[in-house]
Amino acid sequence: MTAEGNGQLETLIIQSVLEELSKNGLFDSKNKQQVVNSAVQVINSAASVPITPLIPEDEETVTLPTDEIMVDNPFNLEAIRAMKKTTPARIGIGRAGARQKTVSWLRFLADHAVAKDAVFVDVSEDFLKRMNLVAVTSAAQDKEQFLTNPELGRRLSEEGVRIIKEKCSKNPQVQICVVDGLSSSAIEANIPDLLPALIQGLNSIGLKIGTPVFIKHGRVWVQDQVAKLVDAEVVISLIGERPGLGTAESLSAYMIYRPNENTVEADRTVISNIHKGGIPPAEAGAHLVDVLEQILKVKVSGVKLNQK
Amino acid sequence: MILKAKVYNNVFAFKNLKEVLAKANEEKSGDVLVGIAAKSASERVAAKLVLSNLTLEDIYNNPVIPYEEDEVTRVIYDDLNLRIFQEIKGWTVGALREYILGHKATGGDLHHLSRGLTSEMIAAVAKLMSSMDLVYAAKKMRYQAHCNTTIGVPGTLAFRNQPNHPTDSIEGMISSLKEGLSYGSGDAVIGINPVEDNVDTVSRLLETTKNFMVKWDIPTQNCVLAHVTTQMKALEKGAPVDLVFQSIAGTQKANEAFGISADLIKEAFELVQKKGTATGPNLMYFETGQGSEVSLDAHYGVDMMTLESRTYGFGRRYYPFMINNVSGFIGPETIYSGQEVIRADLEDLFMGKLHGLPMGIAPCYTNHMKADQNEQELSTLLCAMAGSNYFMGVAGGDDVMLSYQDTSFHDDASTREILGLRPLPEFEKWLEKMGIMEDGHLSERAGDPSIFDK
Repeated sequence: MTAEGNGQLETLIIQSVLEELSKNGLFDSKNKQQVVNSAVQVINSAASVPITPLIPEDEETVTLPTDEIMVDNPFNLEAIRAMKKTTPARIGIGRAGARQKTVSWLRFLADHAVAKDAVFVDVSEDFLKRMNLVAVTSAAQDKEQFLTNPELGRRLSEEGVRIIKEKCSKNPQVQICVVDGLSSSAIEANIPDLLPALIQGLNSIGLKIGTPVFIKHGRVWVQDQVAKLVDAEVVISLIGERPGLGTAESLSAYMIYRPNENTVEADRTVISNIHKGGIPPAEAGAHLVDVLEQILKVKVSGVKLNQK
Repeated sequence: MILKAKVYNNVFAFKNLKEVLAKANEEKSGDVLVGIAAKSASERVAAKLVLSNLTLEDIYNNPVIPYEEDEVTRVIYDDLNLRIFQEIKGWTVGALREYILGHKATGGDLHHLSRGLTSEMIAAVAKLMSSMDLVYAAKKMRYQAHCNTTIGVPGTLAFRNQPNHPTDSIEGMISSLKEGLSYGSGDAVIGINPVEDNVDTVSRLLETTKNFMVKWDIPTQNCVLAHVTTQMKALEKGAPVDLVFQSIAGTQKANEAFGISADLIKEAFELVQKKGTATGPNLMYFETGQGSEVSLDAHYGVDMMTLESRTYGFGRRYYPFMINNVSGFIGPETIYSGQEVIRADLEDLFMGKLHGLPMGIAPCYTNHMKADQNEQELSTLLCAMAGSNYFMGVAGGDDVMLSYQDTSFHDDASTREILGLRPLPEFEKWLEKMGIMEDGHLSERAGDPSIFDK
């Protein structure tokens, strides 16, 4: 059942709420119809997005035990405990014959599965709507093309160019691109905190921000084309990093001042390792605002910025 | 040279040897990306047919990159034994395949033959071989090399203990080193990939590993896999270096992108002979992989497999102790699937051995490839059967610094048990002394890193 079929019901509810508010002097009834219309619209668009039902976890759920020491009869348990604190490597995991124990093997499989899903599963449509991003695709038509032909991910599809020309504001000081890159999970995990922090921070120092875009199957270089299309002063890409088994949610920010034909990799400023176990996304947002402000001030980025 | 072949109803014509070599390859994403792969299964077979009929002299006369233009070509041609080549130059590639596989040809015969083969000839014959052909032929060839200990001893399988750490923490590195040793991994080398490529970090890691080797009396060698120039500076400053490492490639342009040349490698080899800590005479450790020339845009339209073979032609000039192939690490734009990795690993092991090299393999994969642990383990077992001198050893198979998966300490011990292979002799004695191994299998206390914490 969608909300569209019950538009009348929603209208009635909103009208009665507004009447209550205006009786108490909390609402100016002049704009009533306009407010009702837009409220109904918001409800409809929110409800038309299918939400994947989450299966709740309970005592009947099997979970991977925490990363414990699994060496049988260790010579010095305290020493192994101390060793495990020194490295994220999979040590002290014991053995079954010469093979891994069941739990460490299943944890390995789980970590690889999460990493693979981060690469091969797309950022959900639902997420893009919630984040209010203008979505376009690169010239790569699917994941396999994207992974096996890096060139395609470095430029936009023809339709992508058209959409950006049509929907994005021109001449911004900062153009934000969210790019899936090699981890969709990094986008879904970090952008909800990172993007608002970044936008609010940029607004608070009075910078003109362009219309944020999402680029599917994109690589770092695609930001150059976007910057040229909207004539941005500086472009920032928030892009998913290649997942390791440790985390699949790490994100990098690549920034460049007025990219052109002579741009080289060293012209990009990079902040990597943005995720909850690294630089937390909200904190990264605030930090990126400072970096962007600096780039705009000195009008260079990358290695040249460090030399200023 | 006949460059045309008919496969049932279809006739295929090729422009030159370079195209034939590329199209005779099993499919890999890097050849497709460059636009040189066969367009159909029939065209692939036609290219193999043309290739089988070419003589070794045809290949000699048509280097894929001209002698004048490329240093790697010059190294390959300058180091060739012309007398042996003269004796076999009339053989077709098809006949070479049968000679290699034939019961009459011993490992010693193939070693002699290898001195008269260019890298392109070696790549060519591998293109006519199936997986089992490659294992069967590679198994015959086994080369030993000596640094502090001897690698490649018949009936042995050695491992590089690879205790990498994401921030070069000395304590963290030592923790993984202990874990690996407790599984019997580390007889090939204790080799660390540093995060920070500078003299201080490299020297610190070299000193720490050397001290650990001395303290526990471990018969092996150490190495820190920084850029060759960093290791040379560390050597000059007195750091204890057993093996000097460098990544190498199959074209001069790719080697330049790596910041190396034949002269530089020669200089490093001479330096470690004078100032290194090891006995030798084999003091170099090289790493290679199909596709690095594609990633660096330095391929000259030559296929990845032929370029990989040329890499071995370059490497053999310096009598390495280890030459290790990491084709599965380069990325999906060069090798995309588990099937492609397995094929590349077997090709590389065979091609390296037919260059007379003490080859090892890192059957590995990254998370953005269509490959998984099952395929990685298949490749490991096949390469072990083909007589790889060594593999890597990584805690739980997960390298927390390079973010890829490689053979685990468990895989190392398991592969030895499955195929009845032993550690290198001196190292096995040490394992027995430490109570880690008995009668060729892990003891009760093996797998406990705290045996080093008395």
